Order: sequence, then structure tokens, then C-alpha cells
Amino acid sequence: MKRNVLPGLPLSLGITLFYVGLIVVLPLAALVFKAASLGPSEYWAIVSSPRAVASYRVTVLSALVATAFNLVFGLALAWVLVRYRFPGRRIVDAIVDLPFALPTAVAGIALTTLFASNGWFGTLLAPFGIKVAYTPLGIMVAMCFTSLPFIVRTVQPVLEDLDPALEEAAQSLGGSDSAIFLRVILPLLMPALLAGLSLSFARSLGEFGAIIFIAGNQPMETEITALLAFIRLEEYDYQAAAAIASVLLITAFLMLAATNLLQARALRYTARS
Amino acid sequence: MKIRLEQVVKTFDTFRAVHGVSLDIESGQLVALLGPSGSGKTTILRMVAGLEYADGGHIYFGDQDATDIPVRDRGVGFVFQHYALFPHMTIAENVAFGMKVSKTRRSKPEIATRVSELLRLVKLEGLGDRFPGQISGGQRQRVALARALAVDPKVLLLDEPFGALDANVRRDLRRWLREIHDELGITTLFVTHDQEEALDLADRVVILNEGKIVQEGKPAEVCRHPGSAFVMQFLGDVNKFPGVARDGLVFIGETATGIAFSEDGPVDVFVRPRDVIWEKDAGGIPVDIERILHRPDGLTAVGTTKDAIRVEFEIPEQAEPDLSRGAGIILRNAQVFPRGVKSSARVGP
Repeated sequence: MKRNVLPGLPLSLGITLFYVGLIVVLPLAALVFKAASLGPSEYWAIVSSPRAVASYRVTVLSALVATAFNLVFGLALAWVLVRYRFPGRRIVDAIVDLPFALPTAVAGIALTTLFASNGWFGTLLAPFGIKVAYTPLGIMVAMCFTSLPFIVRTVQPVLEDLDPALEEAAQSLGGSDSAIFLRVILPLLMPALLAGLSLSFARSLGEFGAIIFIAGNQPMETEITALLAFIRLEEYDYQAAAAIASVLLITAFLMLAATNLLQARALRYTARS
Repeated sequence: MKIRLEQVVKTFDTFRAVHGVSLDIESGQLVALLGPSGSGKTTILRMVAGLEYADGGHIYFGDQDATDIPVRDRGVGFVFQHYALFPHMTIAENVAFGMKVSKTRRSKPEIATRVSELLRLVKLEGLGDRFPGQISGGQRQRVALARALAVDPKVLLLDEPFGALDANVRRDLRRWLREIHDELGITTLFVTHDQEEALDLADRVVILNEGKIVQEGKPAEVCRHPGSAFVMQFLGDVNKFPGVARDGLVFIGETATGIAFSEDGPVDVFVRPRDVIWEKDAGGIPVDIERILHRPDGLTAVGTTKDAIRVEFEIPEQAEPDLSRGAGIILRNAQVFPRGVKSSARVGP
């Protein structure tokens, strides 16, 4: 090993690897192990059952919509918090973190109360024939709520560090506001946006507490994959639960790998020759 | 394009950065705004660019009042101190940016041709595919200039263009900027706090202090006839002697200097180090030499007068200057200014 001036590498490396192994890798390994104890045909039968497939569909679609929604509003929120000084800015800034702090079940119950057909929002939406609670729409709302901070918090620091001279330069070269945003600002935010996007999407895939209260949990319609795994667990069918959970795990893993690749591409200009 | 500033004022919150500055810049000239930090020079440049709006006064480009024209329509090329290159674009893409977002549509081959032309002009052929993070500071500044020139600006504005570069690179780029300016003939205004840079490069130097123009003129004029103690001190190393003017002559301590000055009263006498003559034995102001500094271009003596005023001056090159004999100095080309009065200018013999 190369001699290193900074002290403590072997110790800190050992501690962190041990910790990651204990807290993250071991449970996941147990999950994979459990799922693997099924035969391939059994495994396939469980993960491709109509009820399971319906749950993937509603989970992934809702997560996609929620992430797209947060992409737009999270970026806008980060933009406003960084670029403008207005009274209450610090309060808004603090509120962004609330979805992290609040127990998700509490959020779920609150959202259900609001969006139920006799709730504050629900009564307003009912005349238009829009039902949120106990529909996939409710799942999206819950996912939006719990994953909002990711995009704001990943984009915000990058936006803060953006050199104002870059925009001034683009302006002096005749760029319109939209050209500057699309050609200069957005590409520079892209790595952070991708990071926030993948976190937000992964969180939405795995969200449980907030959703089960508002979703209605009708099999084939509003039953999310995490709940299906939980139901199998309650039936003491650990292998089926693990099999279904492994699908979520693989999906999240593939998605993170894909965004990492995209991120590396977006950051290729930082590579030195 | 001729630029005219008329009583331009800029205030930030409570701090007045520019106090009613008026300035004429002839078409095709290369003009330096020179001043210490906080003198308002960058603010003036940014107002000419349209990156700041003036709170009062007018800025004319030719006959057109440009005061309220936004930067993107003003047709200026701006070069930033820290280059402000787009880090995610290659050098060629950076240079092409202005042409791509321009309202006048250009075809791709047309843009590519112009980009390679500009890269040749700034001597960066072959680096078009690199990213800004992969080239040196001097190269980045040249890319920034090429990018600014790509939109055919009426006026070129440079904010401390060489401030972040090594001394050697700075000298090269300075000469090179002068060549490019002479080749293109574009009206150019640049900001610097480095007197040498301003005097080397500019047709005309505008010296600013505390948001006002204190003197402007050709480099030779401001060097030979500084209008105030501030300009004298700001333009280069200088020795300052407090003295008194009596009956039309200036005295420093008890020594009559032979310098004529019409206004009696306390004065400050300023002399450049090379204009202090070391007269070893014969008269002059007595000075105790403390040290000899060896510099590449000669010897510099550091000493103090009897009144404990520090003096630095150049002495003839010799192996072992003899310091034991005490020494007197005689002042040449002295500039005399009444003490405590900022602006009134008097030139000594």
C-alpha cells in the first residue's frame, strides 16, 4: 500500500466496511438467499402472478409520475430558494425537510384525511369527478410528498455554486433566457438532477407507510409491491415475500446503475486529459 | 464605435460606487480604466456592458443612447477575469455559443468555419475538442476572447483580463492583445489595477479613485505630468518628503532643494527612485544608507533622512558601494503638491 500522510485510513476503512456489511449487505443477502431457496419455476410463478404484476405496474407508474412531478417542482423550489430573497425563505427552506422528519404513516393519515371525499381537498375535487384517496392518484400524492426533499437538496448546493459570470457571459453573447437555461444552466445541473431523480424514484418504489393509508389497497388496482410483500410476510410465506421484495431490489439497483452511467456521461467534461 | 459616458452614477445599497463619471472613448481606441480596488472601475465597465444599469446619467454608443439597452442586445464582447467559460462545452462549442443562440441564423458549416478562424486568431488551433478544464489559464483567457469576438461586437470590454495569470504569461498576452486590437481595430475598454499593464497596453489611461476620474490621458502624459499626489503614488514607486515652500522655493528639513514652487505653505515632494541622485560628499539632503538591495536591473539603496523619512533610490552599479562616508541626495524631476489638498496640481522644474 502507498504511504499516506493522512492518518487513520486502515481503521476508518475497516469500521465503515464492517458497518456497511452489517447494516446494508447482510439483510439484502439474507433476502436474496431466502428468495433463492425457491426453485426457478416457483420463483417465477410468484413474481409473475397477475396480482404481483399488477402491483409492479401501479408502483412503478406511480413512482415515475411522482418523480417527474418532483423533478419539475423540486427544481423550481430549489431555484426559488437559491435565487431569490423573500420573507419566510428560511422557513420554506426548513419545511422542505419535513417529509424526511415526519413519520410517513402520519403523512399518510394526514393526506388521506385531506383527500377523502369529505376532506378539505376532496370536497373541492369531487365536483370535477376527481378522486384521489383510494385511487392510484393517492399513491402518487403520497410518493410526491415523501420524495420531494431529494431533488431540492441535491440541486440546491450546485445551483448555489453556479458562477453568476457564466450567465452574464451567456447574456453578453446574446443568449435569451430560455437558451441560457437550456444550454448552460440545465446541463450543469444535470448530474445533480440525475442524482436527485434516482434517489426520489428509489424512495417512491420502496415507500410503504404513507401509501397504505391513502391507497385503499385493492389487489390488482391500488396494491403496491411493498404491501404485497408485507401481506405474504403476515401469511408466514417468507419465501414469497422475499421473492417479491427481490423484484423491487433488482429494479432499484438497475435504476441506480443506469443513473450513475448517465451521471458519468454528464460529468465527462471534468475528466482531465 | 465611439463610446460616451455622461455623468454616470451608480449606487449599491448605501455605497456610492461611481460618482458622475463622464468619459469619451474614440472609435478604435484601446483605453485602460486604472485604479485601486473599490475605485469603481469594474462597475463602470459593467455599466458600459449592460451588466449593471446606471442609476443616473447616460451611456452612448455612437449616437445611440444605450443606457437602457439590455446586455444581450447591446452588442458588446465581455471578457471576464476568471474567464467564465462554459465548463460542459468544448473550446469550439464555447466559441460557437454566441453564434448558435444568435437571432441571425447561421448554418453549421458557416459556424464551424468561423470557429476555426477565431481559434487560429487566438493561436489555439487543434484545441477545439478539449474542455476548459483541460487547458491552461492563459489558453482559457484566449478562448474567452475568441468567444467574445465571435459575435462581432461593436465594443470589446475586458475585466482584469490578465489578473489571474502568472507574470510571464501576462506579459505575453498583453503584447498579443495589443496585436489583436491593432489587427481588428475594435474599440476596447479594459479594467486593471496594474499600472504597468495599463501604461504598456493602452492608447489612453483613465485613472480612477473613489468612484471619480482623477486623471486621464496618454500614458506619457500621466507619467510625466501626474495631476495629483494620488496619481503620482499610484503609478509607481515613489519617495515622499514632507517639506515647506518659502519665498517660491521648497525646503526639506533645513535643506534648500532648489525646487521652485509658487504657493507658500506645507508641501509634499514626490520623487521616483531613479530621480534621486546620490552625491556622496557634496551637500544635498543628508541620508544614512542602511541597506543595498540587489535587483536584476541595478542596485537600490534604502536609507533614512535625519527626520526619519525612508528613502529608496537607485545607485550606480559597483561591486562594493562604500557606505561609510555618509551621503547626501539631490532630487531631480520632483513633483510638488500642497499638503492636504487633493486635486490641485503643480509641476516642479
